[in-house]
Amino acid sequence: MLELDASPAPAVAPPPPGAAVAPPILELRNLCYSYPDGTVALRGLTLQLAPGEKLALVGPNGAGKSTLLLHLNGVLRSPNGAVLIDGVPIDDATVRRVRARVGMVFQDPDDQLFSPSVFDDVAFGPLHMGVDEAEVRARVARALDQVGMAGFERRMPHHISLGQRKRVAIATVLSMDPELLALDEPSAGLDPRARRSLVGLLRTLPQAMVVSTHDMRMAAEVFPRIVVLYEGQIAYDGPTAPFLADEAQLEHYGLERP
Amino acid sequence: MGFESLAQYLLLGLHIPDGFLSVPVAALWWLLTIALLAVAVRRVGTLNEHQVPMMGVMAAFIFAAQMLNFPVLGGTSGHLLGGALVALLLGPWAGTLVMACVVALQALLFQDGGLLALGANIFNMGIATAFVGTWVGTALLRMFGGKPWGLVGAGFVAAWISVMVAALLTSLQLVLSGLSAAVVFPSMLAVHLFIGIGEGLITAAALAFVVSTRPDLVTSLTSYLSPKAVRRPVNRGALAAITGVGLAIAVVLALLSPLASSSPDGLERVAEDQGFLERTQDAAYNLLPDYTIPGIDGPISTILAGVVGLLIVFGLAYGIALLIRGRSATSSADSTPRASPGGRTGA
Amino acid sequence: MTLSSAGLERYIDAASPVHALDARVKLLLTCATVLALGLLPPGAWVGVLAIAALIWWAVLQARVGLGTILRRAFVALPFALAAVTLVFTKPGAPLFELPLGGLRLTATDAGLVAFASVVVKSWLSVQAALLLTATTHFTDLLHALRALRLPAVLVAILAFAYRYLFVMVDEAQRMLRARECRSAELPGRPGGRNLGWRAAVVGQMVGTLFLRSYERSERIYVAMLSRGFSGELRALRSRPLSTTEQGLLLVLGALLAAIALLANVL
Repeated sequence: MLELDASPAPAVAPPPPGAAVAPPILELRNLCYSYPDGTVALRGLTLQLAPGEKLALVGPNGAGKSTLLLHLNGVLRSPNGAVLIDGVPIDDATVRRVRARVGMVFQDPDDQLFSPSVFDDVAFGPLHMGVDEAEVRARVARALDQVGMAGFERRMPHHISLGQRKRVAIATVLSMDPELLALDEPSAGLDPRARRSLVGLLRTLPQAMVVSTHDMRMAAEVFPRIVVLYEGQIAYDGPTAPFLADEAQLEHYGLERP
Repeated sequence: MGFESLAQYLLLGLHIPDGFLSVPVAALWWLLTIALLAVAVRRVGTLNEHQVPMMGVMAAFIFAAQMLNFPVLGGTSGHLLGGALVALLLGPWAGTLVMACVVALQALLFQDGGLLALGANIFNMGIATAFVGTWVGTALLRMFGGKPWGLVGAGFVAAWISVMVAALLTSLQLVLSGLSAAVVFPSMLAVHLFIGIGEGLITAAALAFVVSTRPDLVTSLTSYLSPKAVRRPVNRGALAAITGVGLAIAVVLALLSPLASSSPDGLERVAEDQGFLERTQDAAYNLLPDYTIPGIDGPISTILAGVVGLLIVFGLAYGIALLIRGRSATSSADSTPRASPGGRTGA
Repeated sequence: MTLSSAGLERYIDAASPVHALDARVKLLLTCATVLALGLLPPGAWVGVLAIAALIWWAVLQARVGLGTILRRAFVALPFALAAVTLVFTKPGAPLFELPLGGLRLTATDAGLVAFASVVVKSWLSVQAALLLTATTHFTDLLHALRALRLPAVLVAILAFAYRYLFVMVDEAQRMLRARECRSAELPGRPGGRNLGWRAAVVGQMVGTLFLRSYERSERIYVAMLSRGFSGELRALRSRPLSTTEQGLLLVLGALLAAIALLANVL
C-alpha cells in the first residue's frame, strides 16, 4: 500500500533550547511543475533540509528527480509553489545570488565542463562572481585538493577519465563555496575504484546535499536521510536504513536492493 | 523601441527574408552563388568520403555555435556568425560549403531568410565571410604569426572585417532593391561595427583554443605560427590599409548609393534639415515596375549596379590583401619560395 | 534566434493530399510562388490576393491549420522595420508628416503602397515556405533536391548536418545551462567581470564544441566504413512523377506565371 509519510524524521538533532533556530538551507513549499507540453512532473513537494544535512533522492526514471534538482538553483522555476534557499525564495531578482550558494553538478560531466583546462573550469565560477585573482587561485587549489585532483590544473577536461571528470565537475562548484550541493547521479558510469573514491569524497564534504541516485549502496553509506520520489510526489521521507531494509517497499518503487 | 532592440531585430541575423530583394538582384546573386559553390564542390573533391561527414557535422556545429552568446549591454548579447572561423579552421572552400549548408538549413527548416533571397544570403554569410576572413587572416598571420598575440590578433581582425563585408553586401542588395541608402547603410554598418567586435573576440578565442589543443587538425594555421615559417616583415602602410578597409569600403559604397537608390542625392538629402523626404520629382524618377537606377531603364540597370558594387567590394578586399603580400615580398630580404625544404613545418 | 530542441521540428504530421505529393512538385511550386510574388509590382493587390488565395487553399488542403501557418509567418515581421523607410523615401503625393528629431518626415502614398507591398509579399512568401516545411520531411526534400540535380556532395553534407543538428544544438544548450548555473553574483558586487572575458569564455566554448564535433565526425566516418561505405553515396532512384503530379505542376505553374505577367502588363 502506498503510505505517504508526511512527517520527516529528524535527521539532525534539534537545536538546544534557547539557541536561535537557523532557517533550513533548503525548503520546498508545495512545489508543482508541469513541462511546456503539459505533462505534470512534480505534484506538490514539501520538504526542508537543514544546513549540513545530506539526503539521497531516489525513485524510478521519470519520477521527476532531475526536474526537482533543476529547481534548486533556479534553472527551472514554477509559479506554483516555492523554493527557498536559506529562507530566500528564488525569483528573477535573487537567482544570481542563489547560484553562489547552490552548486549544481550534472550527471554528464561534459555538460559541466566547457573550458580548455581544468583550472579554467574550476576558476570560472569565482571569477564570474568577482573574486579577486589571488583568492581565485587559492579557491581552485582548495577545491581540486578536496576532490583529489590536485596537480591536474593544466590538463584538458577532454583527456581525463570519466571518474576524474566527475570529480573536476564537483570541484567547479566547490570553488564557489556553496552551502548546498545538488548532484545528479554522481556515481553513474563509474568503475568500482572511482565509485569508492566518490563515496569517500561525498562523506567528507561538509555541505548540505541533495543527491539523486540509483546507487542504493551509496545511499546507505553516505546519506542518513532518503526521499523517495514516485510519480512526481514524495512517497517517503525519512531515515535511510529502515527504508532500505524493507524489500517490499523497494520493489514497489522500482528500486534496487543495496 | 530602443536602439538595442531595434538592432537585434534588424540584423542579429543577416538573413534577408523574401519580399525585400527585387527579382533581378536576387537572381544575380543566385548566379554568383551557384557558380562559386560549383567551384567549391569541385575543389573539395567530389565524393571525398572523409570530408563529407566532417563538413556535415561542422555545419551542425556552426549552427549550434551561433547559439552560444554572451551578454553585452542590457538585453543585447553578442554571438557568432562563424564564416571567418570555419574558413580559417578548414580552408576557404570547405568553409564556404559548410556555411552554405548552414544558411540553407536555416532557410529551409526555419524560414530564417527567404528562398528567393537564399542565393544572396549564402553569398553574404557563407562565401564572402569565408573568403574575406581567409584573405585577411592569412595575410596577417604571415606578418605576425610569430608573435604571441599573432593568432588572436589575426583572428579578431579577420572576423571583424568579414562581418563588416557581409553587412555591406546585405545593405547593397537591399538598396539595389529600392530601400533607402541613407538609412540602410549607416544603421547596418553601425550595428555591425559592434556585432563584429563580438565575432572577432569569439573567433580569436576559439582559434587560440583549437590551435593549443589539437594543432594537428589545423596544420594550415599552425604553419604560420611556427618559428621556421617564412615571415613577412611588418609593413605599417599595409596594416593601416587593413585596419581601414572596413571603413574604406563603407565610404565607397555610401558614395555609390546615389547611383543605386531612387533618391540620387542621398547624402546631401541627409545633410538637409527637411528630409530627404519632401520632394517633387519629375517623371524620370517615378516608380517603374522594378526598382531601377534613374537614367537607365529596366532590370539591366540593377544588375549593372550590382556587378559594379560587387567588383568594388571584392576588388578592394582582394587588392589590399595582394598589396600586403606584394609590398612585403619586395621589401623582404628573405624571400625563399614556399616549397623549399626546411622552409616550413607541418603538412 | 532562440530554439529549444523541441521547437526545432517544424513538420506537422497529417494525412493530406499535400503531404502525399512528391517533394519535387512541392519544392518547385513553392519556389514558383515566391518568384511570382517577387515579380508583382508594388500595389498589384489583385495579383497579391490571387496568390494568397492559392497559398491558403493549399494550406487548407494540407490540414496543417491555417492559423498555425499565419502565426508562424510573423517571424519575418521584425525585418519589416527595415522597409519602413520606404514610406518616407519613395517619391509621390505627400500624405502626412512625422516630426522626428530635427527632421520632418513626409509619408507619401507611393511610399505606403511600397511598404505595404513588401510586408505583405514577405509574409505570404514565408507562408509558402512554411507550408513546404510543414508537409515535407526533410529527407524527402533532400531526395527532391538530388533529383533536381543538386550535386550529391551537397546533398550528403545537408543530410549529415540535419542528422546532427539536434545533437549539437542540445550540446550547445547544455553548455549554456552549465555556464548559467555557475554565473553567480555576490551581494554588492556585479558579476560577469568584463566584456572581453565573457567573449573569451564563449570563444572557448565554441572551440570545445568544435573539437567535440570534429572528433564525433571521425567516429561517424569509422562507423560508416564499418557498415560498408566505400566512398559512393547512393540513394534509391526516384520514381517518375505521375501524370496528376505533372499536371498539377504545369497548371499551377502556368497560373502563377499568368498572374505575374498580368500584374506587370496591366
